[in-house]
Amino acid sequence: MPHTPPPVDDVLAAIAERFGPLESTVFRDQTSLIVPEPQSLELLGFLKSRGFDLLVDVTCVDYLEYRGAKHRYGLVYLLASTTTNQRLTVRVFVDDPVSPDEAGPTVRSVVGLWQAADWLEREVWDLFGIRFAGHPDLRRLVMPEEFTAHPLRKDYPLQGRGERHNFPVITRDHS
Amino acid sequence: MAVTASGGSGRIELPENVVVSRLDELANWCRKNSLWPMPFATACCGIELMATGASKHDLARFGAEVFRFSPRQCDLMIVAGRVVMKMLPVLQRIWQQMHEPKWCISMGACASTGGVFDTYAVVQGIDRFIPVDMYVPGCPPRPEQLIQAIIDLQDKIQREGTITGREFDTAGRQLRKRALVEADELLVVDAARNPNVQRQLSAAARRS
Repeated sequence: MPHTPPPVDDVLAAIAERFGPLESTVFRDQTSLIVPEPQSLELLGFLKSRGFDLLVDVTCVDYLEYRGAKHRYGLVYLLASTTTNQRLTVRVFVDDPVSPDEAGPTVRSVVGLWQAADWLEREVWDLFGIRFAGHPDLRRLVMPEEFTAHPLRKDYPLQGRGERHNFPVITRDHS
Repeated sequence: MAVTASGGSGRIELPENVVVSRLDELANWCRKNSLWPMPFATACCGIELMATGASKHDLARFGAEVFRFSPRQCDLMIVAGRVVMKMLPVLQRIWQQMHEPKWCISMGACASTGGVFDTYAVVQGIDRFIPVDMYVPGCPPRPEQLIQAIIDLQDKIQREGTITGREFDTAGRQLRKRALVEADELLVVDAARNPNVQRQLSAAARRS
């Protein structure tokens, strides 16, 4: 028999009381909550104080040219409680800045809440180019340091822009 | 050793148990039968590489079972698996740390061409950036195929090797692979935004 996590109705009620009505969806007994970006840090801090002590994952989806999408990027925070076994998905949507002078899409870092977010946010920065304000060490995680693009964005070509050819050639007379 | 000159004819008579050869031949014979592989195993080809060295396939039969994990002790690099952008500088450094004479086997589809991983992160064949002596097809190749490659490499060493490694200095060995010429065209795409690519391009312009 498949395991279903306990319902999170009590959490949603507490959130509605504190932050007002937020959009939420349920798919196969798993609840996700859509949070506006300015409220995200406060809400995630509130969830931690409500017992969501485990940050399972932070990742991102690029909704470029996605049917019906209202925003470009959708961050995903997967939370769990090790005491009540409840699970909750928090979605935060961000967009590219309107003017090209501004820095790229930015959300606030949750490293202060969960230390686990350190590398997870670095990975999202590396692959999607979303900045995490307040992150202590926002460097690339998986791509080489000198890499200039964010390759999991949908407008980045699968075969790259020639970076993989960008190495010195060692022939027999070099060695 | 009983070497006797017979009269004034200039012929040298040797006993039956003496073989005359060139020093190159002797060096090649020693080298080909004591290849010490450097296993650069990054993926599933590495598992087949281990099977090749293990008891069933027993690479020791061909004198190449002494896997060493220090490049200073090796003369045969076996690149087994895909090489990503972040790994290629490591691969080149290890190759340069190996002593001459040295050879390289590109094992499997990924090391030779990038295989199914035609993506931004994976190098499309290690021969674009380091010299390769022998390619092994397969995904991953069976141990028999790797053993065949080592036997072929032994033949190659015996056939063209020299004690001073002159065979590595021939003009043909220095030619750029056709794939590398194509790579220069690909580089143009990102030249405007990447200073590293610009350097690579200007180096290519100086060559031609």
